[in-house]
Amino acid sequence: MSILVNKNSRVVVQGITGSEGTFHSTQMLEYGTNIVAGVTPGKGGQTALDDSVPVYNSVEDAKNEAGANTSIIFVPPPFAAEAIIEASYAGMDLIVCITEGIPVQDMVKVKRVIDENGTRLIGPNCPGIITVDECKLGIMPGFICKKGNIGVISKSGTLTYEAIGQLVSNGMGQTTALGIGGDPIIGTDMRDALELFEADPETEGIVLIGEIGGQMEIEAARWAKDNVSKPIVGFIAGQTAPPGRRMGHAGAIVSGGDDTAVSKMRIMKKCGIDVCESVAEIGQKMKAALVQEAEAIA
Amino acid sequence: MKIHEYQGKALLKMYNVPIQDGYVVEELSQVESTIKKVRKEFNSDAVVVKAQIHAGGRGKGGGVKYSPTLESAIENANNILGMDLITHQTGPKGQKVRKLYITEALDIAEEFYVAITLDRSLGKDVFMVSTEGGMEIEKVADETPEKIVKEWIDPLLGMKSFQARKLSFGLGLTGDAFKAACKVFTNMYKCYTETDATIVEINPLVLTEDGRVIALDAKFNFDDNAMYRQKDIAEMRDDFEEDPTELEASQFNLNYIKLDGNVGCMVNGAGLAMATMDIIKLAGGEPANFLDVGGAANIETVKNGFKIILKDENVKAIIINIFGGIVRCDRVANGVIQAVKELNLDLPVIVRLEGTNAVEAKKILAKSDVAIIPADSILDAANKAVTAATNS
Repeated sequence: MSILVNKNSRVVVQGITGSEGTFHSTQMLEYGTNIVAGVTPGKGGQTALDDSVPVYNSVEDAKNEAGANTSIIFVPPPFAAEAIIEASYAGMDLIVCITEGIPVQDMVKVKRVIDENGTRLIGPNCPGIITVDECKLGIMPGFICKKGNIGVISKSGTLTYEAIGQLVSNGMGQTTALGIGGDPIIGTDMRDALELFEADPETEGIVLIGEIGGQMEIEAARWAKDNVSKPIVGFIAGQTAPPGRRMGHAGAIVSGGDDTAVSKMRIMKKCGIDVCESVAEIGQKMKAALVQEAEAIA
Repeated sequence: MKIHEYQGKALLKMYNVPIQDGYVVEELSQVESTIKKVRKEFNSDAVVVKAQIHAGGRGKGGGVKYSPTLESAIENANNILGMDLITHQTGPKGQKVRKLYITEALDIAEEFYVAITLDRSLGKDVFMVSTEGGMEIEKVADETPEKIVKEWIDPLLGMKSFQARKLSFGLGLTGDAFKAACKVFTNMYKCYTETDATIVEINPLVLTEDGRVIALDAKFNFDDNAMYRQKDIAEMRDDFEEDPTELEASQFNLNYIKLDGNVGCMVNGAGLAMATMDIIKLAGGEPANFLDVGGAANIETVKNGFKIILKDENVKAIIINIFGGIVRCDRVANGVIQAVKELNLDLPVIVRLEGTNAVEAKKILAKSDVAIIPADSILDAANKAVTAATNS
């Protein structure tokens, strides 16, 4: 088991003929992802990735003719919001949007549409999702992962890799690793992701990596207190970030209230999450939490 | 991206929001003629002299002066233009005042707070108004949240007139003032969405003694991601308000923010960059900067990264923390060595490379003839960097 994607996912790549799309689609194919179609408007009827993938003019065509049910988007920011909306109306079960730099006003409208259509969106501005040894949808380096029982949720790309690296060096593999994205508006938030991992029987522990800005970590922690039975190890990046400065991600800015690292960490602890002071503790803490869990059962 | 009050008011005026109007002056020699022009054109003997810097708290810092006479206006303007204005948002050095906004003075009956911004939790824009104008809204939200009226706006419908009415009623307005406020709110929302703003705040919006509803201040923040389609807004950027090194970094496509410590940081990815700063602090040091070199950490970005970090004279050691996913660590290692050589770097450089080809990268670093300190983990790197910064 896993969450959201597995070897049965039938993937369409929107923007497959662009440089990013081509590069990462090749990597995904190598990992074993079942890419059944690509979409580039105007290039329908052609093929991509050395003749291995048919290209369609629309997501709807990719669904009807190639049976695609999952979309991944590598489309430049000015067109990415429309790409998400197109995939939503085409009835994709899951949309992953990698694109960084989509204007907030566009995402406000996207959010409204996907909520109404009941579409599951991951991202934008995220590294994507990987179910180990089955399906990689995104730009994560697949080789760093190892199959196992930990679910990973993170706002950030390379910090996710850091966490995965530490899990592996401490002898723990992953079910699914999910980069939810660092923008102010994203499709799947931490609470949603916790709910999915809680329901997945194979996932035994969860790593939750957040950062400064917004209330998402706090909302997720409060929800987890009553609804998640599995051990959660948390980390918040940005303890040294000065207020009022955007730290890379569009959403990573301390603007007052509870959105500092310190207050997020305090509230997460209160809600029963094992919070790491240092990023270097993520692997060890998860290991210790699993041992404790096993002892409690025994 | 932020803009000045006078620029924000010009935008509001374009969207038919009544403003407390005036003219900008940048030269001491033009001060008197500008004040006279404002007095004449707006039929107002008294004027307000307002320092134009982005930081908030200008009034408390002495950058906004009510000036009842021509003489007092000239004196205030001469004092403020060119001063280093210190507010709670500028830091101890303050911000040099290069522009003054001379405006008409108004007789104020009531002051309100009004703002639109994004509610991240709901993914919708929220319009907030309060009768507690002029105050810090965070304080109002904390102590008397019932005094803030909020309306969330459906992005597919835009702001509806019943919502504008609800906000105006919330401020206790009646008659012509009620109607005027409804128009202000509708136009403000239009301005907010059409300019890709992330915040439009008018604090205070005032009701004058003669019954007019007028914006006395204007604070805008814009979505950097939308500037490609907002050329007019992007041109309003004031480079004097930016840190010169941060500006230079952005020209290299590097995301750099200067901090006060002595350990320079070069990292790929914003989250990992913040985590690296944090662990330096935990190791007993202080980070000198945030620097995200992005996904493609090649020789050019590494070299530019070094150049930017070295502009800060406080830096005593540099930590490079790259988790190579798509980028290959052996290439990064070669890039680091080449950059250190080309720049004749004599500071300790601590390098931690993880991910694709990390083992080869470590060998390349170990064999090189430049003084690079390799590290095995993020913790190891932080400890070594802090030790090196302390000793050098």
